[in-house]
Amino acid sequence: MPSQRIVLHFPHRLADQPIVYKLVKDYNLKFNILKAYITPQEEGLMVLELSGKEEDYNKGIEYLTSCGVKIQPLSQDIIRNEAKCTDCGVCVPICPTGALIVDPQTRKVHFYDNKCIACEACIKICPTRAMEVHF
Amino acid sequence: MKTIKEINEKIKKGEAVVVTAEEIIDIVEKKGPKKAAQEVDVVTTGTFGPMCSSGAYFNIGHSKPRIKLGGGVCKINDVPAYCGFAAVDIYLGATALPDDDPRNKVFPGEFKYGGGHVINELVSGKDLRLEAVAYGTDCYPRKKLETLINIKDLNEAVLFNIRNCYQNYNVAVNLSDKTIYTYMGTLKPKLGNANYCSAGQLSPLLNDPYYKTIGIGTKIFLGGGIGYVAWHGTQHNPVVKRKENGVPEAPAGTIAVIGDLKQMSPEWLLGTSMLGYGVSLTVGIGVPIPILDEEIVRYTAVKDEEIYTQIVDYSSSYPQMVGGSLGEVNYSQLKSGKIIISGKEVPTGNLSSYSKAREIAEALKSWIKKGEFLLTEPVASLPLVESGYTFRPLKERPLT
Repeated sequence: MPSQRIVLHFPHRLADQPIVYKLVKDYNLKFNILKAYITPQEEGLMVLELSGKEEDYNKGIEYLTSCGVKIQPLSQDIIRNEAKCTDCGVCVPICPTGALIVDPQTRKVHFYDNKCIACEACIKICPTRAMEVHF
Repeated sequence: MKTIKEINEKIKKGEAVVVTAEEIIDIVEKKGPKKAAQEVDVVTTGTFGPMCSSGAYFNIGHSKPRIKLGGGVCKINDVPAYCGFAAVDIYLGATALPDDDPRNKVFPGEFKYGGGHVINELVSGKDLRLEAVAYGTDCYPRKKLETLINIKDLNEAVLFNIRNCYQNYNVAVNLSDKTIYTYMGTLKPKLGNANYCSAGQLSPLLNDPYYKTIGIGTKIFLGGGIGYVAWHGTQHNPVVKRKENGVPEAPAGTIAVIGDLKQMSPEWLLGTSMLGYGVSLTVGIGVPIPILDEEIVRYTAVKDEEIYTQIVDYSSSYPQMVGGSLGEVNYSQLKSGKIIISGKEVPTGNLSSYSKAREIAEALKSWIKKGEFLLTEPVASLPLVESGYTFRPLKERPLT
């Protein structure tokens, strides 16, 4: 039973269609919306945690792609620019999911992108702006 | 008892025993201070955090025809710099912002670019845009100057920070019910997080609490190159309460530092943006401490659990200047990731990079071991505890 965090980009023409509803009804998938918004240009962006049987999951993804929804894995969207990060750790108490953790020995900050829900709380509070959004 | 001269002789021969302020802790614990003081010659410290009272001065050389910037205005990459000197000397402060930066008009302001970033780009060897307007004189007729400048062409480019390296610092929290944006970072409401800013047991002045070896003229690691302690820093305040080990319980001593920017590295001078607050410069500093006797080695062996600091509310008591501490914690507790304040578990975050502080102490150690870095004898002390020198608030007086 795969569970994946993915980012869906909906083109303008799909903004008014109940696409996610179909994932439940026709493909038997469970979803948890982590983030959703529609830009002023009416393009939609949704961060979803999607789970279900592997077969259903693959069909669901196929359906989304056939509709014209662009899919990206979440881990590619919030990226730490290693060259800019100083490992200070001021982001650590700000991250709501524990995706940013200080290693007690090395005192370096680890970013676990599988725990990241792309809430973007770390982006602007980073003093050297080492956390980047790539939606 | 050793002298700095004797230690330097050992450094020149490649025989000096140099360890970091972390490594000395175990050595003193195992061998005792007496033996440790005999065996170890130098302890290196380090710190890497935002230090707002930083800046740099330049001499750009004379244009043809000449221009006198003094009394005029000048900007580097749109960031205003101070030019109230002679013809072509300029000082750029780390927190300066472009005139068109929205600041906190859209709150909290992002402060993406300012003086600290300009200093970083200058050290990186990037070309910068200099724009200046002057009033013109008989000897300096030109009124306008627009040119690219580069660090390699400047006559002098000197980092001169008037307050760095705070000896201990507050832990900042927020007791109010809304998020606040401070120089200590974003503080979530109702004790949502606690931010601190010190390298603790690695921090230079915490390893020499009474300024017995660090003084004016001390040669240091500054921004990846060599610098010197120029003076005591502004707001130097040696008279705060101290623990039995001599370590201040609150922000105390500071140093002013100076060094040639041309031999520094952008890795250790980073432009920094504090959301809702402003820009700054994150500076890397490492100070070597000569182990002259047993007392000094005991100071350098201080560890995180023996360094205490105060928890301060930045929603009310700090901005209103009313003072008061919500409690005392040590750096070992802070580094564990959570502390208890009024019965509540509060997650902690450090603004000062401990891993980078460690890298600085290691770099300085390797310079000294290789014989590339000799220690200096201070030419005068920083104001000591017994001097009674203190940091006073402003006495406001009406303009009559």
